[in-house]
Amino acid sequence: MLDSPELLAAALTLALSWVGLGVLGLAPLPSGWLRGVLFALGAGVGLALAVVGAQAAWLPAARLVLPLGLPDLPFHLRLDPLGGFFLLLLGAVAAGVSVYAIGYFRSESAARLRLICLQYHVFLAAMAFVVLADDAYLFMVAWETMALASYFLVTTDHRLPAIRSAGFLYLLMAHLGAITILLCFGVMHGGEGDYSFDALRAAQLTPGWASAAFLLALAGFGAKAGLIPLHAWLPEAHPAAPTPVSALMSGVMIKTAIYGLVRVTYDLIGGVRWEWGLLVLVIGAGTTLFGVLYALMQHDLKRLLAYHSVENIGIILLGLGLSMVFIGFGHPAAGVLGLIAALYHTLNHAVFKGLLFLGAGSILHATGLRDLNAMGGLIHRMPATAFYFLIGALAISALPPLNGFVSEWLTFQAALQAPLLEHGVVRSLVPLFAATLALAGALTAMCFVKVFGVAFLGRARHAVSRPIDDAGLAERLGQAWLAALCVVLGLFPAAMLLTLNHVAGSLTGSTLSSEALESSWLWLVPTHAAQASYSPLIFFIVVLAVVLITARLVRLFYHGRVRVADPWDCGFPEQTSRMQDTGDAFGQPVRHVFGPLYLMKRHLPGPEDPAPKYSLKIEDRHWYWLYLPVARAVEFASSRIGLLQRGRISVYLMYSFLTLIALLVFVR
Amino acid sequence: MSPLADALLQLLQSVAVVLIAPAVMGWVNICRAWLQNRSAPSLWLPYYTLGKLFHKDAVIANTVSPLFRVTPYVLFGCMWLAAGIVPVLATNLPFAPAADIIALVGLFATARVFSALAAMDTGTSFGGLGARREMMIGFLAEPAMLMTLFTAAFISGSTQLPTIVETLAHREFAIHPSLAFAGVAFLMVLLAENARIPVDNPTTHLELTMLHEAMILEYSARHLALIEWAVAIKLVAYMTIGFALFVPWGIAPAGAWQALPLALAALAVKLAVAGAGLALIETVLAKMRLLLAPEFLSTAFLLAVLGMLTHFLVRG
Repeated sequence: MLDSPELLAAALTLALSWVGLGVLGLAPLPSGWLRGVLFALGAGVGLALAVVGAQAAWLPAARLVLPLGLPDLPFHLRLDPLGGFFLLLLGAVAAGVSVYAIGYFRSESAARLRLICLQYHVFLAAMAFVVLADDAYLFMVAWETMALASYFLVTTDHRLPAIRSAGFLYLLMAHLGAITILLCFGVMHGGEGDYSFDALRAAQLTPGWASAAFLLALAGFGAKAGLIPLHAWLPEAHPAAPTPVSALMSGVMIKTAIYGLVRVTYDLIGGVRWEWGLLVLVIGAGTTLFGVLYALMQHDLKRLLAYHSVENIGIILLGLGLSMVFIGFGHPAAGVLGLIAALYHTLNHAVFKGLLFLGAGSILHATGLRDLNAMGGLIHRMPATAFYFLIGALAISALPPLNGFVSEWLTFQAALQAPLLEHGVVRSLVPLFAATLALAGALTAMCFVKVFGVAFLGRARHAVSRPIDDAGLAERLGQAWLAALCVVLGLFPAAMLLTLNHVAGSLTGSTLSSEALESSWLWLVPTHAAQASYSPLIFFIVVLAVVLITARLVRLFYHGRVRVADPWDCGFPEQTSRMQDTGDAFGQPVRHVFGPLYLMKRHLPGPEDPAPKYSLKIEDRHWYWLYLPVARAVEFASSRIGLLQRGRISVYLMYSFLTLIALLVFVR
Repeated sequence: MSPLADALLQLLQSVAVVLIAPAVMGWVNICRAWLQNRSAPSLWLPYYTLGKLFHKDAVIANTVSPLFRVTPYVLFGCMWLAAGIVPVLATNLPFAPAADIIALVGLFATARVFSALAAMDTGTSFGGLGARREMMIGFLAEPAMLMTLFTAAFISGSTQLPTIVETLAHREFAIHPSLAFAGVAFLMVLLAENARIPVDNPTTHLELTMLHEAMILEYSARHLALIEWAVAIKLVAYMTIGFALFVPWGIAPAGAWQALPLALAALAVKLAVAGAGLALIETVLAKMRLLLAPEFLSTAFLLAVLGMLTHFLVRG
């Protein structure tokens, strides 16, 4: 066991070694070497970082000042339990994704792979530095490095115009967010001291300025996390990147925004107010529902997964909002429960969303398809990928005993603490957010029945010209690692609960009840055993035992005879695989129930139409009421300002002359 | 009481629920036949049917994956666990703390997802149609179910069914307005989740109206038997959840063996009444159009929310 300063040094070394691996990638190595050695080493670094993070989550904070940076502001580094937890998340997911990348990039040319290797590892290191930074300057440097590295990764296929425009949108939103975060640091700074986080912590803000700082942080980090209405870039940019990068962006990068929000709100501003929590709850509920409803309408697999990232960020925000409401009203124990639920879901989402993206990548690799409506029956050709994808799908659908259920269960438990609140309106509102979560969970289950059912089950809808092989060894290994994490985090949640309790304790100064902490590893008890408990392991073992015993008994008493025949054709012999539900058809009930929420452009052919063609296009309303008006306003303003640009030197000389006169008038 | 006795009680209760579930189905059919002036089938008919199905050779479509063959066992296992968690006869169940009401809803959701996946696995138009409709009912019913359960959880301050039963059974007899709302909502959810009239018709095989039956169309023999059995257990589990929340009297408290015969008798009476009530509902009402189901279930959801708000307003 290392003590915390040694852990910080280790984390720094590991993050720098990612940079080193990226730079090594520029050396003229053959492609196999690049993948087999550098990405494998990168995975090892990730694993080590996860171990370091897991230990740091239990130790007091350590600091380090590097003699780099600005003259008066050297780089401050700090590793505390919250940072340790996020390093654990980053390292664990990066390990799986890097191993997967060894196999995934096998068909890339060496020249392209060199650049990808550099950008990929710098991206990972930048995320580590975001978590380690202890002053606003280093934080912003790391934050921008992360944004730029991921921008270049998103535009890897920059020859396609769609990807270029997705990349541009991403860059634009990333910078709007960064400016807002910068303003937030400025407000917290309050005009005194330096920009180290210690100074920001010490600054005394009036409630008005504290709320201003919080709102700026929410907008800035929200733009990165994909909160509505700042989400528009996410479903464009995440699918555009190569699959391992999509997995990292959806799995880890948007979690750095959660890190930033938690860091700023709980640690730097301090004094959480319940009004903030209510705002976060409202935005979180909106984001959750919006994300899942639009995900259900997608038939591009990677885009669908990106919309689910929006949804899951909303679920994390529901947990955070509950926590802020409870802390704001002076119930820190319930607040800690909400924070734990949010952080647990952050980790869970990183794991299962990473896994699902990797599965989508393997399908893309094997078939060249991203369109669900063209897939079908892949479980027969790709059984391993199907198995891992099924685990991810069950986990994201919040089904017990996997990990997604644990964090949603904890969020429900936090919401059920509502009777503690004295404020009557808030008390009645809180359970409604739990209802939103329940609805979103059930809709997610529907969405993943659609994805798994249409892509993997049934019969192929489309003849693929090439032979379909299952994912290779490295790809399978990466998926197996993340799938195993889904299972472990689902079946043994108590250890993670204790770790998160320590993390939340370091932020809020309060912990769960002693009964919750003393319950054994088998049981998950948020408050008291009489109030609520859940034991995924017993749950799983009982179901498994019944399944095995029943199967055995049926064989014993009866028989296991099976005849294989064609499926029933309703007396209509010409059944084709096109008669199966497509992804779009499966979403039809949702379109019917939630019709007004969508912007649908539908073309229904008439009965006399000689060449009937049905088409349906679903668009995001936010484009029309937010993004396009803003874009038009910017365009209008720039066209007006453009009038100044005459292109004649005499006019520009006159501008200079007028400026000089004006200055002479004012600055005497 | 010793842990061994508790475990024995647990096993006894699970086995009892699993064994009597087909009889409850038979009883509902009998009542319905009486109400419709038909001569009633035997109470044991469901057992004969199950036995017949177990003896037959299974016919499996050539398009399916192993998932299709595993699913009936998974459904059966999920429902068995549900039967073990709900306090049917007594409240001191060693398994009960393993899953509270939220986990119970999750358990039913798991079963639903597996049956929908198995339906998609056949690659026929019916499978997809059934799966899609079932998942629609699911996403509408699940929030309503959770809100109903949350109302009970707020009243008793716990999401553990045994604690809820003990709290609700030992209060002075008073009508909770919030529980009344929740009760109606729960009944509507029960009808929808168990594929009963007016949301689904368990006896139909008409393409346009099938929900649950469309999903299991490809199943035969032992697989079908397990699914039918699981459906029966699910109905009993829902009924017993309803008893636990709304008429908890008679369930044996912790450590009271002598109360068990009474609990058994109370259970038999409650099941008989509930089964007759279900048959009455199914006789009086007609199946509604599929696209009206969202309205039906959003009414249930709103009722449940009203119940919860009433609880917060009157605190009782």
